[in-house]
Amino acid sequence: MPRPAPQPGESQQVIDAEIAAHHRAAHAAAASGAPVPAHPPRDFAPYRSTRLRHPTHELVRADPEEIELVSPAFGHTDVAAEEADLTIQHAGEPLGERIILTGRVLDGDGRPVRNQLVEIWQANASGRYVHKRDQHPAPLDPNFTGVGRMITGDDGSYRLTTIKPGAYPWKNHRNAWRPAHIHFSFFGSAFTQRLITQMYFPGDPLFALDPIYQSISDQRARDRLVATYDHDVSEPEWALGYRWDVVLTGPKSTWMEPEDADHA
Amino acid sequence: MPEPLPMPDEALLQTPAQTVGPFFGYALPYSGGPTVRAPWQPDAIRLHGTVFDGGGDPIPDAIVEIWGADAAGRPSTERGVLDRDQHGFSGFGRAAVDRDGLYAFTTIKPGATRAGLAPYLLVTVFARGVLHHLFTRAYFDDEAAANGADPLLSSVDPARRHTLVAVSDAPASYRFDIRLQGEGETVFLDFGLEGRHEGMQR
Repeated sequence: MPRPAPQPGESQQVIDAEIAAHHRAAHAAAASGAPVPAHPPRDFAPYRSTRLRHPTHELVRADPEEIELVSPAFGHTDVAAEEADLTIQHAGEPLGERIILTGRVLDGDGRPVRNQLVEIWQANASGRYVHKRDQHPAPLDPNFTGVGRMITGDDGSYRLTTIKPGAYPWKNHRNAWRPAHIHFSFFGSAFTQRLITQMYFPGDPLFALDPIYQSISDQRARDRLVATYDHDVSEPEWALGYRWDVVLTGPKSTWMEPEDADHA
Repeated sequence: MPEPLPMPDEALLQTPAQTVGPFFGYALPYSGGPTVRAPWQPDAIRLHGTVFDGGGDPIPDAIVEIWGADAAGRPSTERGVLDRDQHGFSGFGRAAVDRDGLYAFTTIKPGATRAGLAPYLLVTVFARGVLHHLFTRAYFDDEAAANGADPLLSSVDPARRHTLVAVSDAPASYRFDIRLQGEGETVFLDFGLEGRHEGMQR
């Protein structure tokens, strides 16, 4: 595989200094009592692609209406059970470390988000996406696409089998590498709870260097994107297990919850 | 004095968002995603537009979702949102933009969800370089009276209000461009989730 010539670009030190300045400002604001949002700011220059893609006006506060307090009616008929196993989508076994990943999707009151769609996509074990615009010179795996879908159970749980993705380079700055991650898309019980995010693996040495992960200024909030190794999820002679729970807070409907209406 | 709110359980704090990244194109789009209503249905409308960045250039790696009520203003509860037949309506659509930043849906014009509101579609925008998705609403320019009385539209700076209104450009077709930044920047909405407070730890 031909090795591309190194591209010029800003150094990691430049990015590190910008990240540190953002974090200092966020901590100073928190110390003076400002609210600390759970989500990353959209204006976060160390991630260079945000420069022309973040709004400069304040968002306008809107009261969610009924339509925004409910979600599309996904159901088990939408998704085949096999779509939760990314290792059986081709004739052969994909290369890499087989893992089982499970967790629960809860709302801010701890109630399960039931019967909702979870979608994932990821690079293969070599750090290469099937996507045609991914030019990373790492091999594609003919036995791995890297796309899965699930519907959460009555307890809000999901469970999938896949291959641990590899880290990969990107062109944010010189020698920029994304920590290994799996992209996740969630729907809550209200559309306002919609979430697309990335799940990371514990102990990744690239965490400190990654402007996307570090766009979240609070260490505890960053930690919430990191799965934990769970030996009870691991299966002997088969796969390592990880657990990652997700919380979707926000305004939600009360009238669409028949389970609760029964107790009213 | 009201009682202070109890500290939220660490286990129940919001999971942070991260960008959809550039490589969702083989994962998130699905057959039928842009077709919320079959185009041959008499009540089908087209909602289309371009997603632009702050330099005025189209964004080739954005994905747009719409969610709207039915013609009577009610949320659809039909199952089978992803695998819809040609006769139903689920209210949810998803369309990735093309190389030129264009997206297009066929859907229906929703009814107002309650008296005093103008009809609209909730629009969600994800893209590389957008760390946390953006919500906006697409109202319709042929609903001038309802729009004039709508509480959200009325609360928006009049100079920016037009960015929330889809423009009729052909029979049963509306254009709704989305500008993430700069001249004509779209009004994006906060449903009370942006400033959720929690303690901070280094």
